[in-house]
Amino acid sequence: MALLEVKNLQVRVEDREILHSLSLTVNKGEVHAIMGPNGSGKSTLSHVIAGKPGYEVTAGEILFEGEDLLAMSPDERAAKGVFLAFQYPVEIPGVATMTFLRTALNAQRKARGQSEFSTPDFLKKVREVAARLNIPQEMLRRGVNVGFSGGEKKRNEILQMALFEPSLCILDEMDSGLDIDALRVAADGVNALRSPERGMVVITHYQRLLNYVVPDFVHVMSRGRVVKSGDKELALQLEASGYAQFEDAA
Amino acid sequence: MAAVQETVDRVRRIDVDQYRYGFETVIESDKAPKGLSEDTVRFISEKKNEPAWMLEWRLEAYRRWLTMAEPKWARVHYPKIDYQDLYYYSAPRPKKSVASLDEIDPEILKTYEKLGIPLREVEVLEGVVRPEAERRIAVDAVFDSVSVATTFKEELKKAGVIFMPISEAIREHPELVKKYLGTVVPTSDNFFATLNSAVFSDGSFVYVPPGVRCPMELSTYFRINERNTGQFERTLIIADKGSYVSYLEGCTAPQRDENQLHAAVVELVTLDDAEIKYSTVQNWYPGNSEGLGGIYNFVTKRGDCRGRNSKISWTQVETGSAITWKYPSCILRGDNSRGEFYSIAISNGHQQVDSGTKMLHLGKNTTSRIISKGIAAGVSQNTYRGLVTAHRKATGARNFTACDSLLIGDKCGAHTVPYIEAKNSSALFEHEATTSKISEDVLFYCVQRGLSQEEAVGLVVNGFVKDVLQQLPMEFAVEAQKLISISLEGSVG
Repeated sequence: MALLEVKNLQVRVEDREILHSLSLTVNKGEVHAIMGPNGSGKSTLSHVIAGKPGYEVTAGEILFEGEDLLAMSPDERAAKGVFLAFQYPVEIPGVATMTFLRTALNAQRKARGQSEFSTPDFLKKVREVAARLNIPQEMLRRGVNVGFSGGEKKRNEILQMALFEPSLCILDEMDSGLDIDALRVAADGVNALRSPERGMVVITHYQRLLNYVVPDFVHVMSRGRVVKSGDKELALQLEASGYAQFEDAA
Repeated sequence: MAAVQETVDRVRRIDVDQYRYGFETVIESDKAPKGLSEDTVRFISEKKNEPAWMLEWRLEAYRRWLTMAEPKWARVHYPKIDYQDLYYYSAPRPKKSVASLDEIDPEILKTYEKLGIPLREVEVLEGVVRPEAERRIAVDAVFDSVSVATTFKEELKKAGVIFMPISEAIREHPELVKKYLGTVVPTSDNFFATLNSAVFSDGSFVYVPPGVRCPMELSTYFRINERNTGQFERTLIIADKGSYVSYLEGCTAPQRDENQLHAAVVELVTLDDAEIKYSTVQNWYPGNSEGLGGIYNFVTKRGDCRGRNSKISWTQVETGSAITWKYPSCILRGDNSRGEFYSIAISNGHQQVDSGTKMLHLGKNTTSRIISKGIAAGVSQNTYRGLVTAHRKATGARNFTACDSLLIGDKCGAHTVPYIEAKNSSALFEHEATTSKISEDVLFYCVQRGLSQEEAVGLVVNGFVKDVLQQLPMEFAVEAQKLISISLEGSVG
């Protein structure tokens, strides 16, 4: 059974149709890159999968391990293993990162009928994961993303991904706002999470990121449709010739 | 808008169902005849076996009150109050003074048990192993118009601390009461304070002698039970030279369709090098979802830093009442004295809050700090009103004010009305204010990580008020955090 199956998805925001009959299948162990120009519907797709309010699905379906994902609330989807790494992670003043991580992890575990982590077990786990990602303890005591640099925010997203161990990771423009060193650190974090048990969807404008997180499949989106699919060579080809050819195709 | 809309709807549904303290205790009570006259004042004074000077003090206040008008400047609206349609005194019967808890009406004891307030010292003393953080707390319980029990009296006495109902203090320590009563909030101060001076029936009295650090937290729980009854309590706390005391008050009332008046006066006095920390968790019945019923909380609270290097700190968590009109203030008279005001005011449903503080800098090098967090939901109105002044002679006065407002939904209002006056050029006053809406992006981020919508709102709001929660004594901070979640969600309980 496929991990994620998007079938003929049609999505509206207010009166405008953003996605037209979009289909995508992601199996466990695969990394899919979705590329495309601004406004092609890449972020919309990630939001609809995660359940962000404000989008109206007018046709099609999304199955997650065979279950109807669209019938679930966003927190239920999270507990099932859907994780979205945000392009712009939000700040939550006054809520220590550590508190946030613990509240979220325990909420997911509770929803899955698992026991909550005890404080010592939780701390041990966070320290282990943070150390792997080169995240200092001091950062975990600060408010969620408050005063974090662009690189720190993205690392915090990957920290959560590592901690929650989702089966589907969607990375929305992970490379935006990162310099080359910060990008490399983030990419290493993502690569460490590649596993035969996990699928990934990497959304990006640029081929650059895909030098570090090498995809198994590349899809090009334009005007709300997947207009071409291929392997990593497709990304290199795009880098050379641009998106214009596909605009026409759409 | 869906996520925010859902929150707004949920918040709107919150009314009496979520008010956990709305039950009524059925007891017989002894009431003064309805209405207010000189006879009512005499009745109360007589019930309390007061000396003649106290009766005179009350009568003078009553006569002055007749000449005064209700203040109209606050941003609150309510129908005219008929002061002749209220009972001004109500006491549980039998009203004979009780020597031990066993003589208190068991119904009243049950009430406090339901409220989670320990009146039985034995339980506290001999209780099972408690976490170290759970310190012992002395409690004075005020039921309608009278104090029904004060715990740990003996132990406090050993330390020299006087903690008793003010009605007893008037008889047992007249010299202290005469010296300080009405010196911070004079009988002529304002309409509601003057009314209180005429008809107050009980409240707490605290005196901490020089150099003594009060060995435990002191607290008073106020409960309005009787129908059509106003509660007018009076609290007087004096911290003598070099002493320290931390005091907490909590308030609840049954849910009723009519509005009830609560007009309290609190006076604090700190002498040289003394400190009072005064915390309030106010959860009077707020009225139902249509705005029917609820307490009118018209309260005058003021502290006088009379001595050098003295300090008064107010912390308040205001979640209840239909209308709140309350400005705990500090008169910074002594040189180098310090005033602090930390406030969380939550309004939901049809609640109206007009609250803030006054920091009056009179002495040299006096400092003050104001941190106010207002949260408005439903169709409520939430106003911060503050005054910071520096007298001509208050050289080196400093104030820092930060007022933050958080809006949930689009039918509520948050307002900030700061007044700042500096009469000397060396004063340094800073004012910061922000207003924000709870953002849909933040909520979505939280739910994407597995939190329910309610947990997400609770988390964001608790983060918003964190600076103030930290000021509360630890055991109350936990309580207050829960109360905040209940006030906004109704999911916890």
